[in-house]
Amino acid sequence: MSPTQWDLPPELCCRPMAFVALTGLDVTYNAIHRAIWDAFCANRRADRVPISFKVLPGDHEYPKCRTKRTSYEWYIPKGILKTGWMNKHLNLVPALLVLFYELDWDDAVWKEKQSECATKVEIVRTSLQGRNTKVAVVLIQKKTPLPPGEDLVASERAASLCNACDLSGKSLFVLPHTDHLVGYIIRLENAFYEHAQTYYYTEIRRVKSHKEFLNKTTHQLLFVRHQFKIAFFSELKQDTQNSLKYYRTAYSLVHELRTHETNMLEIKTMAGFINYKICRLCFQHNTPLDAIAQFRKHIDLCKKKIGSAELAFEHTAWMSKQFQSFGDLFDEAIKLGLTAIQTQNPGFYYQQAAYYAQERKQQATHLCAHEASVSYPTPDHLETPSGALDFYGQRAWRQGHQSIDPPHMEKEKGGILALQMKEKDVPHSELIIALLSNAVAQFKKYKCPRMKSHLMVQMGEEYNHAKDYTKALKLLDYVMCDYRTERWWSLLTSILSTALRCSYLMAHVKDYISYSMELVGRASTLREEQKSRIEKNLIKVLMNEVPEAEPDCDQASAKAAQALWSDRMSLAGSNEFTIEVQDYVPFVQCKAKFLSPSFHVDDPVQLHVYLRADCPHPVRFSKLCVSLSNQVQYNQLCVVEEPCKSQDILEASSQENMCLVPGKTRIYSFKFVAKTEDVGKKIEITAVDLMLGSDNGRCVFLNWRGGGGDAASSHEALLAARSFKSRGRVPEQHVEWDTVSIQASTMIISRIPKISVQLSHEPPALNNEMYRITVSIQSNEETVTKDVKLTAGLKPGQDANLTQSTHVTLNGLEMCDESHPALLPDIAIGDLQPGEKVEKCLYVRCVTTGARIFLFHVAYALSTKVEGKDITCRCHKDETVTIETVVPFEVAVKFVSTKFEHLDRVYVDIPFLLMTDILSASPWPLHLVTSQLQLAPTMAAMDQPQSQVEQVVLQTGECASECFSLQCPPVLNGTSSVASGQYLISWKRKSWCADAPVVTTVATLPHVMVETIPLYVHAELPSFGRVRESMPVRYHIQNRTGLVQDVEMSVEPSDAFMFSGLKQVRLRILPGAEQEMLYNFYPLMAGYQNLPQLNISLLRFPAVSGQLLRRFLPSRIFVKPQGRQAEDASIAAA
Amino acid sequence: MAVCIAVIAKENYPLYIRSVPVQNELKFHYTVHTSLDVVEEKISAVGKAMADQRELYLGLLYPTEDYKVYGYVTNSKVKFVIVADSSNTSLRDNEIRSMFRKLHNSFTDVMCNPFYNPGDTIQSKAFDSMVSAMMVQAS
Repeated sequence: MSPTQWDLPPELCCRPMAFVALTGLDVTYNAIHRAIWDAFCANRRADRVPISFKVLPGDHEYPKCRTKRTSYEWYIPKGILKTGWMNKHLNLVPALLVLFYELDWDDAVWKEKQSECATKVEIVRTSLQGRNTKVAVVLIQKKTPLPPGEDLVASERAASLCNACDLSGKSLFVLPHTDHLVGYIIRLENAFYEHAQTYYYTEIRRVKSHKEFLNKTTHQLLFVRHQFKIAFFSELKQDTQNSLKYYRTAYSLVHELRTHETNMLEIKTMAGFINYKICRLCFQHNTPLDAIAQFRKHIDLCKKKIGSAELAFEHTAWMSKQFQSFGDLFDEAIKLGLTAIQTQNPGFYYQQAAYYAQERKQQATHLCAHEASVSYPTPDHLETPSGALDFYGQRAWRQGHQSIDPPHMEKEKGGILALQMKEKDVPHSELIIALLSNAVAQFKKYKCPRMKSHLMVQMGEEYNHAKDYTKALKLLDYVMCDYRTERWWSLLTSILSTALRCSYLMAHVKDYISYSMELVGRASTLREEQKSRIEKNLIKVLMNEVPEAEPDCDQASAKAAQALWSDRMSLAGSNEFTIEVQDYVPFVQCKAKFLSPSFHVDDPVQLHVYLRADCPHPVRFSKLCVSLSNQVQYNQLCVVEEPCKSQDILEASSQENMCLVPGKTRIYSFKFVAKTEDVGKKIEITAVDLMLGSDNGRCVFLNWRGGGGDAASSHEALLAARSFKSRGRVPEQHVEWDTVSIQASTMIISRIPKISVQLSHEPPALNNEMYRITVSIQSNEETVTKDVKLTAGLKPGQDANLTQSTHVTLNGLEMCDESHPALLPDIAIGDLQPGEKVEKCLYVRCVTTGARIFLFHVAYALSTKVEGKDITCRCHKDETVTIETVVPFEVAVKFVSTKFEHLDRVYVDIPFLLMTDILSASPWPLHLVTSQLQLAPTMAAMDQPQSQVEQVVLQTGECASECFSLQCPPVLNGTSSVASGQYLISWKRKSWCADAPVVTTVATLPHVMVETIPLYVHAELPSFGRVRESMPVRYHIQNRTGLVQDVEMSVEPSDAFMFSGLKQVRLRILPGAEQEMLYNFYPLMAGYQNLPQLNISLLRFPAVSGQLLRRFLPSRIFVKPQGRQAEDASIAAA
Repeated sequence: MAVCIAVIAKENYPLYIRSVPVQNELKFHYTVHTSLDVVEEKISAVGKAMADQRELYLGLLYPTEDYKVYGYVTNSKVKFVIVADSSNTSLRDNEIRSMFRKLHNSFTDVMCNPFYNPGDTIQSKAFDSMVSAMMVQAS
């Protein structure tokens, strides 16, 4: 009996393949034979036929065939299946025997060779006597054969060889040893495969034929055996469908067998084998659900078949193996492409296998607890003559025995005892751990983190049993935090208890302390007395004493542990431990908070540390330190703020202070003065350390990172916030633990300035002006403020363009330019006495419009006293103001003719008017100092242009206009666009003093089109006419070209006028000359009348139309009515 | 009839857990805890499809050799887990459903109690007796 007694035999687990034996090949010395053999067996891919080949010598002895039974009448079978049977048909009895023989058709000594071959065939036939094994002959030939039918010698000799060897033609093959060896081999093996299949078919028929001889009373075992054999042969034949069918029949037959204690093991073993085959085939057929169903059925049927109570561990071992092998099959199927799911994966089977293995272990410890005096029985009842069993699943001391009662009570007892003794030596924990770790791997794959953790806990516990505490702790530590974060305290407590036991047995001080601390804390679900016991142990450890043994430790281990602890005790050093408790739930809770999220530098920083113990007994500690983030900077202050000896620091210090009473919250408050350099910085609590124990015993620092809190506290705080209890009022002294929140950092901010900064100005600012802002600073401090500095100007951090277009100066008498900055930093103001007030004027020039934010920052230093310490603090006050910049006025310019008609172009040498309008947009009155016209060289003024708006004051919305008469000198080509020049307006605010700088705003005049005309006409006529009173009209026509001009003139008749003069005339004007035409108009009607129209056409310049020239001429005239003499007289008379 | 009934908070810590027989309490705690793997997987699988029309009853979570574990998730992600003996074949799906419904109703009553703090473990006599009625009577 090997320890692997429960393992399935390899011949059961392999895939059965047809067995073909090759003889006559000398693979050691003959290179050709070697090549042939390699072609058969090397690199067999999945597409080749499933055959297992073996080279055997020609005179190999095959298993003897027993004489066939003719009648089963008196036959009583001794067991279900012989242990050697499967192996025999897989590896010993070939389905086909192939004889290789080197012989060419044209061999010189054909006759001799033929008879030698026949002899060889005869030898193998004899050794296979009684078997149905086929024999085939392969001739290894050097020459490539001719196509069939062409080689007459060959066919004749083949026939004679077949005859001599008593072979059918189908069993003779030719293997030419040429280049295409592999191709020939593949053809050969396909032929072999057919022969093998025929063989297995006949075997199946043969086994089936036995059935009619059997009867149901005595031959029940044979029914199972035969079905199994048929199924196995079908598998060899690769007929898996039928094979599955036969296995299923065999399975149901095996359960029909009468079961009693003596044959239970045999039945279960066979059932297990058949079940394995069925499941394997189901997975192979890609019907995993069938496999699972079969397995479930198998387990349900066999679960209760325990067999002998004294060997109950055998049953659990077998069950465990069943689950394990199914898990293996499942896993193998998955590797071949099956997809498993979370709730149906091999992990469950491994897990169950592990459970049975655990049960086996328990049973084994229970059943095999023999006294030391009991020795292994002699003679060994487990020995068999052959060293192995004849039948699967039988007892070595009564093989082949099939009756209900054991034949020999004494032997039976001895055998059972022997088995029990053997079981004692089985490394159960190893088996369990292996199965569990298999399961862990599976559950990890199928997203079951909690299942994985659970199994790891079990592994840890098993390692604990196996006394491998280091591994146990490693596993338990790994999963502990999962349970802690999920807040399953009951499970965490159980794991911690195991871990505590392990650490006790190893005398691992630090672990022992940290597990104890958690077990006596609030997360533990242990009973009060348990906690009390652990706490007492913890105190002992802190005092460098040996703790009491944990319960459930066996005597021997506890004793060893005691010794280990004593060693530890005597060991010098390493008695100081720091335990990071942040991620645990320790028995002391800690919360630290700054009383405010920010402190002014002139106020002392206040810090409270709250402590609370959850253990059953009060605990005493010896030190409490708070570490702050910028400790280095606080070196001088450390003495104060980082209490090395807490008694010195604590207010109302007393011994009682150092004792934590369970359930009571203790407050420790600290106070220190921040350094002025830390203004604007953050102070953080980096850690809180609590020292338990003392320097002369062991000391343990509980270290909380940051402001305290542990793995459970954040959730508790959340619940407390939701709780209805928190709304109730609590007395001032009593602190409700849950309502304390951690405040791990605080800001040091500057002192509140007692200074007033006021701004006076007249918004909005006008574009380009020197905008005045008056800053008045008044000190309200009680002492002298020193070193007052004002930073004023554009607030940094705005649009970059604003910085370019804003200029700030303190000098209001000059215009400032680009060289002035946008922000004036640190304007020294000096010291201010209490109550003193200073004013500063600031001038701002905004080159562009838009809103700007201006900053006025007053900083100063002040000496003050905090907590009896003199400190110099810097204070500052900021004022900001948003100022809009607007344009002061709009300038509009237009060109008009002397008739005030709008011009879109002007004519050379013909005067026209430039009109400017200044429209005030400022909300404040504007004082226009002067204006000036700067003409371009292409323009000329008709006279000396003088500003007409000098010293004018414009109110909001008012408009000032000017008019200048201009004329253009001749231009080169007929038409061109020319610049007009600039218009300068000098102005300032009305309200500002006389010496304020004048702002000059430049308006660029628009370009205008200048055109040369060949002819100029102008009329000379009175300003009005009178009805029936003749009026002279003179037209002057100037030729402006260098050519003689032919001009045709005509005057059109009009209803309103009679006239005299040339009605139509053609005349010639010399270059530069002027022609005068005189007409007398005689108005007929009063009112505005259209003058008779003068049409002029130039024969040389048809482009210059009368229309164009007409623009220079008046079109109408006012005609007064005729004076009434009589009335005049009457008036005169009156 | 159940052998273990548990109410698990949204954050997966136990609000209530009771089992018979009492001596094997820890094993049931582990069983309930491991069943949360399947519950989480089922919630996330359904969550993608239709979160509103989700069926609260999750059905059989996984069978072990000895027990059957059933799950139920309320809309506020509070989980109910019922463990029944595998040998108790008479227990039908409908009965399990009605047990969960009862449990849910009773849980709602607990939540409606103004003195109950959501997130605390359930300590209610009414809930206790309702659970007891659904449990296998320990003999």
